[in-house]
Amino acid sequence: MSIAQTIKAFTLYEFVKAHALTLKYLFKPKVTINYPYEKNPISPRFRGEHALRRYPNGEERCIACKLCEAVCPAQAITIESEPRADGSRRTTRYDIDMTKCIYCGFCQEACPVDAIVEGPNFEYSTETREELLYDKAKLLANGDKWERAIAANLEADAPYR
Amino acid sequence: MTEFFQSLGMNYEWAWFVATIAGILLIAFPLMLAVAYVILIDRKVWAAINLRKGPNVVGPFGLLQSFADGLKVFLQETIIPSAANKGIFIIAPIITFTVALAAWAVVPFADGVVLADINVGLLYILAISSLSVYGVVMAGWASNSKYPFFSAMRAAAQMISYEVSIGFILVCVVLWAGSWNLTEIVEAQRGHGFGIVNGFYFNLLLFPMWVVFFISSLAETQRVPFDLTEAESELVAGYQTEYSSMAFALYWLGEYANILLMCALNTLLFFGGWLPPVDWAPLYWVPGIIWFLLKTLFFFFMFSWVMATVPRYRYDQLMRLGWKIFLPMSLIFVFVISGYLMATGHFGNPA
Repeated sequence: MSIAQTIKAFTLYEFVKAHALTLKYLFKPKVTINYPYEKNPISPRFRGEHALRRYPNGEERCIACKLCEAVCPAQAITIESEPRADGSRRTTRYDIDMTKCIYCGFCQEACPVDAIVEGPNFEYSTETREELLYDKAKLLANGDKWERAIAANLEADAPYR
Repeated sequence: MTEFFQSLGMNYEWAWFVATIAGILLIAFPLMLAVAYVILIDRKVWAAINLRKGPNVVGPFGLLQSFADGLKVFLQETIIPSAANKGIFIIAPIITFTVALAAWAVVPFADGVVLADINVGLLYILAISSLSVYGVVMAGWASNSKYPFFSAMRAAAQMISYEVSIGFILVCVVLWAGSWNLTEIVEAQRGHGFGIVNGFYFNLLLFPMWVVFFISSLAETQRVPFDLTEAESELVAGYQTEYSSMAFALYWLGEYANILLMCALNTLLFFGGWLPPVDWAPLYWVPGIIWFLLKTLFFFFMFSWVMATVPRYRYDQLMRLGWKIFLPMSLIFVFVISGYLMATGHFGNPA
């Protein structure tokens, strides 16, 4: 060890310097977000809880083309369809197993009518597994509940698509 | 306090007995409370340095966090591994905890406020703090699990190594104070620096010893950067790995009580105990116990500050620091200080 190094070691130079730095950090503003009361802004592209949307006149958008079911890499989506009384093709069953879903967003990319979308909601934890097996009614209810936020997000993201 | 109970009509023996029990409770319960809040301070300081907020949900500013944790731990199931040596497994945390509390018997909180004002108080503390390694070693052995065992071996070697240099540092202080009694050691520090500053730290020969003592007390209490006994990345949780519920809580309480004791020792031996920092009359209006607690708290802050700043030593580095730097250094200082004191006639005329 050189003399300078020895002096540095015995005066604890590095330690004192490090502690001065951490003391500065002690008084810096904190970066913690007080979560349930404060939330991070999220991107319009955020892929959260799924929703099935409707047209403004109340008609459901989904035409049962099953592209989402086909593209789903986790095979979380199950669709059954029948022609309705008025002759249009509609789903009789639209289930998403949220425990399988990997939130890749392929379903909303595949959808030709913007029916299935992943909304901005990420706070839907449940106490039982069964509650996470979403059926069509739940997804449509989600769509009704989050429509304004989803529509705003789709519009904000539209120029980039 | 004995006189007070005597005035209630008890004879001396009973009054002494009741007064001692009351004194023990008066130290132990506030100490437990202090440990609860000191853990919170630890977490808050650590969080603040990491730019986090730390616990702030349970109670205002998270003030009840430690009690919530305590309740949670208390309600857990006590698990004793089937291969464990049951008796030793259970008695180990009790030893750690008891020993951590017992050391407080000789700590003077203010002038005359001390449970046992024995004339070898410092020696007693040295003995008791050496005993605390037994709790750890027994836990490591009784768990019958390899990580706790490694941890216990590390703890034993580490605590013995650093106690050696702590012993010599205490010798330096005792030489200068001329007493093993903690109250007298504190009194010897009155006006030590130019007749103004209270405390042995204001002394070119004793200040380096304080630095060594502070670092050794980090090692003695197994705090970062010497927390090799519970190095998470290597040893899961060290000797506590197999413990749950109250046994685990006892380890935590004991560990933090030990840390507080080391902070108190730093205060008593080098920073003038209950004396105000400067020997100036208006400062004596503040009760001595407040000064003592403030200084202890300041040292605890330093412990947290170090924890948030430095990474952990490697085991060979730890041993090198203990045996090849601190031990020779403290030995040299014992020699230099006793020589200085002899030369300046500190001890009076040789008999």
